[in-house]
Amino acid sequence: MAIQQIFSPLPGVFYRKPAPDQPVYKNDGDTVTENDTIGLIEVMKSFNEVKAGAAGKIVRFLIENEDAVMAGQPIAEIEV
Amino acid sequence: MSIKKLLIANRGEIAVRIIRAARELGIPTVQVYSKADAESLAVRLADESVEIGPAQASKSYLKQEAILDAARSTGADAIHPGYGFLAENAEFAAAVESAGLIFVGPTAHSIRLMGDKVAARAEAAAAGVPTVPGSNGRLDGVDAAFALVEQTGFPVMIKAAAGGGGRGIRIARSADEFARLMPQAQAEAQAAFGDGGLYVEKLIEGARHIEVQVLGDGHDVIHCFERECSLQRRRQKVWEEAPSPSLTPAVREKLCASAVALAKAVHYRGAGTLEYLYDDRSGDFYFLEMNTRIQVEHPVTEMVTGIDLVREMIRIACGERLRIRQEDVRLSGHAIEVRINAEDPAKGFAPNPGTVTALGSPGGNGVRFDSMLYPGYTIPPFYDSLLGKLIVHDEDRPSAIRRLARALGELTIDGVLTTKPLHQALARDADVQAARFHTAWLEPWLDTNAARLSPVSAPPATGGQ
Repeated sequence: MAIQQIFSPLPGVFYRKPAPDQPVYKNDGDTVTENDTIGLIEVMKSFNEVKAGAAGKIVRFLIENEDAVMAGQPIAEIEV
Repeated sequence: MSIKKLLIANRGEIAVRIIRAARELGIPTVQVYSKADAESLAVRLADESVEIGPAQASKSYLKQEAILDAARSTGADAIHPGYGFLAENAEFAAAVESAGLIFVGPTAHSIRLMGDKVAARAEAAAAGVPTVPGSNGRLDGVDAAFALVEQTGFPVMIKAAAGGGGRGIRIARSADEFARLMPQAQAEAQAAFGDGGLYVEKLIEGARHIEVQVLGDGHDVIHCFERECSLQRRRQKVWEEAPSPSLTPAVREKLCASAVALAKAVHYRGAGTLEYLYDDRSGDFYFLEMNTRIQVEHPVTEMVTGIDLVREMIRIACGERLRIRQEDVRLSGHAIEVRINAEDPAKGFAPNPGTVTALGSPGGNGVRFDSMLYPGYTIPPFYDSLLGKLIVHDEDRPSAIRRLARALGELTIDGVLTTKPLHQALARDADVQAARFHTAWLEPWLDTNAARLSPVSAPPATGGQ
């Protein structure tokens, strides 16, 4: 078991939900596959999905819904 | 009444544009900004600046109370909302006025009235302005729907009343197809929006987008002729020009008179734009909606009329009557504006924020570059991708297109990819040169030509002295 980080591929605003009235993509402790979406990054009004990138268990999110992020900033920790 | 200090509740190139107009009128400015915009050109140019919140617009540029607080703390007595953000928010306009400040724009009532599609259509009809034939609001049952399409003819669009942004639209080209699609559309709208309400509008195929600029002082209204903005991608304008290359003088006169009639009917105050669809085969035009604010593409109108629209709207906000008579508004030459966005046109217009490592601004006769850039500026990823607008003016349309190509060749924005190659390709395109386009022209053109839209250096200058 190792802990990896999921990094933001782009600068922008991070969203944990597909829409304000919908549940979060993933919770702390959820199991994910490589291609699972864990959130969205809004960059210049366009929305880009963030994939888990590896199969494992999400330990915790490091940033809040609607936080501003920089490219390369860690978004979540995942146990693989 | 005069404005002692003007607060700009916006950002980017339009904030810079407003600061310039205010300075020419001798009015000091206050620029509000989010944490991400501390280094913006508008903040650098304004006399004072106030941080109003974090990067996200919902926590800064859309925070009404934070903006009103900034006005109070700096002693600003007027607020210019620019475009987007709070510019067409009636509640904000009302809050500004009840705080005892001047809102540089129309009354909250005008914003509310023209922002309501059904109410705006009714106002247009009452003023004798043609609207797209269709149901005024939602349809009352299937019988009413059939009675309606008998009048409008086909093709028609069936739209979900609760939809928006093109969602849930179906096109019926015959009565049979209409009978088949109506129940489907109703069921889908019910499932998707929990509301099966529909409305029907005639589809004007191959229509052009033409809009009329007006200025009103609450009593009188003048028009400053039209702009054509048919080159659009995903309903976003890409290239705008004035005058429209597709109007005859007779249609122009009728169109502009209709805009004045409607704006007068609602006692319009400030700068506004009435948008129309224009069918150049029949010569018919149809009112779509009114934008109760200054628009991105206002400079092309300024170039062909010589009127400074932003300065005039500030004067009107001071309570002045219109200084310009209709008979003194004259068209001179042709102007084109292209939007320089931080997007890569070769890769599906992917956003491309970053740092501008070097900047070469175009110049020379008839060239204007309204932008928020300076060398070393880092473009934040939190807002729209508009970096600036390149505007050219020349004696006629062919000369303006050549001047545009020349000016684009001089424009260099190092460090980020922009839409410059798109505009270079459009300026070379035979259909664009002949003005053979409509609102659905650009997207298929992009499907064919996207590969050609990578940055290329300008061809070397040829010719003699």
